[in-house]
Amino acid sequence: MSAVTDAARTAAPANPLGQSVRDSLVVAKRNLIRMSRIPEMVIFGLIQPIMFVVLFSYVFGGSMQIGGSTSPADYKNFLMAGIFAQTVTFATAGAGAGIADDMHKGLIDRFRSLPMARGAVLTGRTLADLVQTALTLMVLAVVALLVGWRVGSYGDTNAGKVLGAFGLLLLLGYAFTWIGALIGLTVRTPEAATSGGLIWLFPVTFISAAFVDSGNMTPWLRHIAEWNPFSATVQACRVLFANPGQSQSDAWPMQHPVWASLIYSVLIIIVFRTLAVRKYRSATA
Amino acid sequence: MPGAIYAEGLVKTFGDVRALDGVDLDVPEGTVLGLLGPNGAGKTTAVRCLTTLLRPDSGKAVVAGLDVLKQPNEVRRSIGLSGQFAAVDEYLTGRENLQMVGQLYQMKARAAKARAGELLDQFHLTDAADRPAKTYSGGMRRRLDLAAALVVSPPVMFMDEPTTGLDPRNRQQLWEVIKQLVSGGTTLLLTTQYLEEADHLAHDIAVVDQGHVIARGTSDQLKARTGGERVEVVVHEREHIASAREVLAGFGKGDTTVEDHMRKITVPVSGGAKLLAEVIRELDVRGIEIDDIGLRRPTLDDVFLSLTGHVAEIRDEENGASADTKQQKEASE
Repeated sequence: MSAVTDAARTAAPANPLGQSVRDSLVVAKRNLIRMSRIPEMVIFGLIQPIMFVVLFSYVFGGSMQIGGSTSPADYKNFLMAGIFAQTVTFATAGAGAGIADDMHKGLIDRFRSLPMARGAVLTGRTLADLVQTALTLMVLAVVALLVGWRVGSYGDTNAGKVLGAFGLLLLLGYAFTWIGALIGLTVRTPEAATSGGLIWLFPVTFISAAFVDSGNMTPWLRHIAEWNPFSATVQACRVLFANPGQSQSDAWPMQHPVWASLIYSVLIIIVFRTLAVRKYRSATA
Repeated sequence: MPGAIYAEGLVKTFGDVRALDGVDLDVPEGTVLGLLGPNGAGKTTAVRCLTTLLRPDSGKAVVAGLDVLKQPNEVRRSIGLSGQFAAVDEYLTGRENLQMVGQLYQMKARAAKARAGELLDQFHLTDAADRPAKTYSGGMRRRLDLAAALVVSPPVMFMDEPTTGLDPRNRQQLWEVIKQLVSGGTTLLLTTQYLEEADHLAHDIAVVDQGHVIARGTSDQLKARTGGERVEVVVHEREHIASAREVLAGFGKGDTTVEDHMRKITVPVSGGAKLLAEVIRELDVRGIEIDDIGLRRPTLDDVFLSLTGHVAEIRDEENGASADTKQQKEASE
């Protein structure tokens, strides 16, 4: 079997972690090239949160009471943390649709027949989505500044805290793309992954402290909102941005939002990465 | 010593469907096995089990001397897979696709780039190399898909219906590529619904139906099993069918069959061209005008017919619905 031994030239890599990182980056690069060739997807991904910023600020802004203030400026400063957080979670649908599309087209079969790290296809996809989320957040922050959002409007902050808030947002977005990956592997068609990746996000992002003061909700809804992982990141952003409308609740995540946000996001990554990679290994298109 | 591809008693069930029901295969190194069968016969499931994509319920599989179930990652380094659907990223260029696959076979970036260039040349894709694959024609995509499977020149190749959906010209081209490949010593397992394709490319053929290998052998051996040659006559006038049948019955070695609507009479014979001349003379003596006459040797279509009681294509249409259900079942597993 001489031909067989010759072919062993792609010998086993000495370092599995190094291989995993390298393979993930190769797949991430592939997904970024794809995104750059479908600019309309990136643009639509931007238009929606921009519309939310503009609509919420101007339509709801006059009628909302935030921390006893009815000033539209206060509502805008309150709102942005919620919109930012909602925007990063919407990356879930993109990740799910992309992976479902790969399943559908047989690309997952090709990847699974290659001697590559098992989690790399999914890690590569989620990393590429993270890059896209970061770009979206940057554009969105500029739009928010244009409509009047200001950090430090309710106390003091500094550049480190503001960057920390964006870091937590990116981490939350990255965590949610792993949920999207699992959805994409489960539903198998891009259309189903898009809607399946979005619908549950509405209750998750609305039963939260994102757009209204959760203190005004009925008690059971308020408990859900206060312990909602999504609320923790929103609260953390408000604290770090020094924006108004921070929850005064005794619930632990509202009292320690930065820790809560970190813990929640890391937990989501661990749980959903494990489930998604397991699903990928047994995937049959 | 088992061959480069060896399977023993492979079983895979999806719910109630036994997609593979004890499949044995043995492909000696450097040869081509054609896995022939209609849709839903289990060909794709067999390939998926042998290429580590699917875990069989039971059975043994060895590829390139490696146990598929115990050493899947080692197997992946020694195989190339070209699927039923051209699995390339349509938004990446041909070059980018091949580089990516090379890197995922753990080649260094530079080596992957050089190899991509070689393959694009070899598969006549150089002009289109830097265009996104979605601009490629069906034939070009198949060539790119095949090139992707050959990045590391694997000793063992699997091709799942490589020419399904291609027009005859593109099919011919792809056949040439595959022939070149196997002349270099690659062991190949090829699935096809095209009897002509198996005849053309494969050293050995295994006929699969409902998860079983129902026959195996060389193309000639299989043809010999279905009996020998036969004479076919198409008469000009419908009223001559009966008398022509009488003539043929006199020369035949078995029962005559008549296809009324085509005015065609067929009879198994032995005696070859000499006998054909005698048949023509006799028909002429009787004043029977004919549109067509010929000595037909069995095709693989006939082989399939005699093995399964159905012609492959017709069977396909009849069982189209159930084959689809089965594929959906596979997909939902």
